[in-house]
Amino acid sequence: MTLHAKPSDIAPVSVVTAPLPARRVIARRSIRSRRLTPRTLGPAGLLIGPAVLVLVWEFASQVGWLSPRLLAAPSTAAVTGFEMLLDGDLTAHFLASAQRAYAGLGLGLVIGVVLALLAGLTRSGEASIDGAVQIKRAIPTLALIPLAILWLGIGDAMKVALITTAVLVPIYINTHAALRSIDLRYVELARTVGLTRLEFVRKVALPGALPGFFTGLRLAVTACWTSLVVLEQINTTEGIGYLMNRARDYGQTDIIVVGLAIYAILGLASDFAVRALERRALAYRKVLGS
Amino acid sequence: MSAAATLVPDFVDPRENATVRIRDVVRRFDSRTALDGISLDIPAGQFVALIGKSGSGKSTLLRAIADLDDDVEGGGRIDAPDNRSVLFQDSRLLPWQSVIENILLGVRDAGARARAEAVLADVGLAGRADAWPNQLSGGEQQRVALARSLVRRPDLLLADEPFGALDALTRLKMQQLLFRLVGVQRPTIVLVTHDVDEALILADRVLVMDEGRIVLDRPVGIAHPRRASDPAFATLRTTLLGALGVTETI
Ligand SMILES: Nc1ncnc2c1ncn2[C@@H]1O[C@H](COP(=O)(O)OP(=O)(O)OP(=O)(O)O)[C@@H](O)[C@H]1O
Ligand SMILES: [Mg+2]
Repeated sequence: MTLHAKPSDIAPVSVVTAPLPARRVIARRSIRSRRLTPRTLGPAGLLIGPAVLVLVWEFASQVGWLSPRLLAAPSTAAVTGFEMLLDGDLTAHFLASAQRAYAGLGLGLVIGVVLALLAGLTRSGEASIDGAVQIKRAIPTLALIPLAILWLGIGDAMKVALITTAVLVPIYINTHAALRSIDLRYVELARTVGLTRLEFVRKVALPGALPGFFTGLRLAVTACWTSLVVLEQINTTEGIGYLMNRARDYGQTDIIVVGLAIYAILGLASDFAVRALERRALAYRKVLGS
Repeated sequence: MSAAATLVPDFVDPRENATVRIRDVVRRFDSRTALDGISLDIPAGQFVALIGKSGSGKSTLLRAIADLDDDVEGGGRIDAPDNRSVLFQDSRLLPWQSVIENILLGVRDAGARARAEAVLADVGLAGRADAWPNQLSGGEQQRVALARSLVRRPDLLLADEPFGALDALTRLKMQQLLFRLVGVQRPTIVLVTHDVDEALILADRVLVMDEGRIVLDRPVGIAHPRRASDPAFATLRTTLLGALGVTETI
């Protein structure tokens, strides 16, 4: 089998006189190697990595490599989580967190899209908005906490406001970039068929910016949960973040793991939902990895 | 109008608002002169083919008539119908709108939907109304673009190498389709093409451009259906190729 031979196994022969390998083998190889992008994995395929990780972790806990004081075993955490779910504790904390996160997400989403449209479609909008958002982008959301506390107090208003600003940036940046890169030929077409400004926004600008919006939305979903984790350490009596803080004080690593798992599940579920939405909204595209 | 009408004496069309009048039109890109003082009259319903070497200014002239060049430096005067359609070399369908939505872009009158479906059937794509443009072949996409142009019953149809990207066989079919469909509506047409045979098969009149000027203006007085084997066809073909600086002998 010439194909499996190492280069050193092959006698140096001239290209012209070297015998050709069997034809069929050549054909098979060339077809296989022509695929430039990997086949897409199903959702099950994507779970292989995490599953292996959890198994290794469980094994390490069971044989005693991992002390429960440092990190609880996944099975212990699962039992704890299930008990908390049964006594209703978990649900209340979860709802409190979700409410903050999604209020901020919804607000940031609307404001981000409106700002992107104003900046992308009007000159005065571009002049007044874009620079401001770019500066906001350079300032980490969490650096705004002191100011936000002075202005809005330490309650939920401050938390939702900060999540909103965290969410707004990726939505704005990506939607705006997509708007600016809409093919000028479509703009020209819109002129020749006599679209009104409103029709242009509805039929050309918005759909054209949609792929960018979804990129922004996926980042925003992550951003809203990330901000939440930090914000919930400030003056809360409810929420996943509060739960984890209290667990830290008592050294309950199993509850901390439950909290982490909830954040992970929420993050993944949100991302999954956004992707499903994206697939439906962008059904007209045949894109790699979809 | 009278000067141009003498070129095609047997042609009379009363629709005054479908005529095109171009006077001393100049267009410049930086220091390059793309249109160097074009004056031209096109009577209503005339099918004009515009040929010329690459870079001779055909697209620039067409875009000027379509009023798509307000960022270009120049002068002159163009009177053209407001009710006009433009057919581009690329089909320029919005990928996120279905075929029928693409056809109906900017059409707001009652009964438009039924008309769009009729035109779609005319171009042989009945039943594909709800397909995405990406699901159609290049030739089919161009037929949708043709349907989009015709559904608004234009007084003027401007086409810039609309079949240039298609294979020879599809191009022939598209030419026949275009000819049949505009035979019904009879818009005034300016068709830019680099294909002398396409010009001679379709047009009432052929203009040859070179370096921003019209260097030849010929009526094609050959009855339809036209055949390349017709001696009059062959003579005119040689003349046009000569004006383009091409000889057919190898
Ligand atoms: N946007 C532009 N910027 C600068 N120069 C341009 C632009 N558009 C056209 N030109 C120049 O104007 C001249 C005429 O161009 P035009 O596109 O009208 O040629 P054409 O006859 O349509 O050629 P082709 O057959 O290749 O399409 C060319 O010299 C071209 O380089
Ligand atoms: Mg051109």
